[in-house]
Amino acid sequence: MTALLQALGARTLKWLTSLGHAAYFFAELLRFSPLALRRFNLVVAQVHAIGNRSLLIILASGLAVGFVLALQMYYALVRYGAAESLGLVVNLSLVRELGPVVTALLFAGRAGTSLTAEIGLMKAGEQLAAMELMAIDPRARVLAPRFIGGIVAMPILALLFSAIGILGAWVLAVLLIGIDPGNFWSIQQSGVDIWRDVGNGIVKSAVFGVICTFVALYQGYETQATPEGVAYATTRTVVVSSLAVLGTDFILTALMFSTP
Amino acid sequence: MSKRGIETLVGLFVALGILAVTFIALKAANLASFGHRDGYALQARFDNIGGLKVRAPVRSAGVVVGRVTAIRLDPKTFQGLVTMEIERELQFPKDSSAKILTNGLLGDQYIGLEAGGEDKNLAAGDTVTQTQSAVVLENLIGQFLFNKASDAGSPGAPTTPPAPAPPKK
Repeated sequence: MTALLQALGARTLKWLTSLGHAAYFFAELLRFSPLALRRFNLVVAQVHAIGNRSLLIILASGLAVGFVLALQMYYALVRYGAAESLGLVVNLSLVRELGPVVTALLFAGRAGTSLTAEIGLMKAGEQLAAMELMAIDPRARVLAPRFIGGIVAMPILALLFSAIGILGAWVLAVLLIGIDPGNFWSIQQSGVDIWRDVGNGIVKSAVFGVICTFVALYQGYETQATPEGVAYATTRTVVVSSLAVLGTDFILTALMFSTP
Repeated sequence: MSKRGIETLVGLFVALGILAVTFIALKAANLASFGHRDGYALQARFDNIGGLKVRAPVRSAGVVVGRVTAIRLDPKTFQGLVTMEIERELQFPKDSSAKILTNGLLGDQYIGLEAGGEDKNLAAGDTVTQTQSAVVLENLIGQFLFNKASDAGSPGAPTTPPAPAPPKK
């Protein structure tokens, strides 16, 4: 019985410790971020590695999501004679929810894992320790530029996802199904608010950018310096950031769109 | 890859992002209709505003001429006080009337502004006095049922099933 209680206590304490550790790491990242902005070409290189290289998968997924959403919504809406609002439905679901969330999930899989693996291998190869020996703080030189790069890249990727999704819906609705293009756009224009819908979507994706990049960097930095450790950390990155994104999305949606 | 190459690619990436946000803002959201933001305010009191919402359109002859900017309850008259913003270049006569109408059978509600015949025009801050409330479907159905019941009730003792009625006759 006492052994059971002790195990429970130990787990709780371990969990709390790791939580505090993560919070401390986050504060350190924030502290080093202005420093990274001063060496801007490091950030630019990271935006390239994180953003540009994720472009293809984001655009392809966005197009596919736009197509599928438009097609499914068409079947439902045409029953009520509301097929013209197809664009509005696709637009709102992309801009408010799917754009930020699906982009964040893809981002965790595409960019987050590569960040974790890169930093984990740097640690395994003792490159980070070598930098410390040269009195260079690896958090300032390696982690902070990646952090900023991720936060910059994520909203842009989410916007591209939404835009290409809407274009995909346009292709399907106007070119293939034959919905009137004037109504397709004007219903969207009357129903989508630039600040409330698009603006909140951008805020969401920026928050997800912080979450995904932070989790990836933390997992990489805290990995055990072995091949198994790096593999484990990479998996954890995907799992933790996906769950964190989905959970945060629920809270953000409740805060942003609770009033109709 | 050379430094310049990377910078160009990142520039392209950011430019794509800007392109996406302008596309969404202009083509797929309402930024384009922000142009005539400056208008003048009119007020109207309704007994029942139904499902009217802030930002609902104000239409005259079907043309959008403004938007509802605020809805609150007038604490003295207990009527819904609706404030709307009308485009500046459009003037309406003083005896214009406002109705709350519905777009189709299931559509959103909007305010229909019908121009009157007077020479003087409504100025900023004026109140539209002639109003017609929203049609509340429940009330309509209730009224219909009530009428039906009273129609059926007046001539027909035979149609009413209660048992104690026939012996008394």
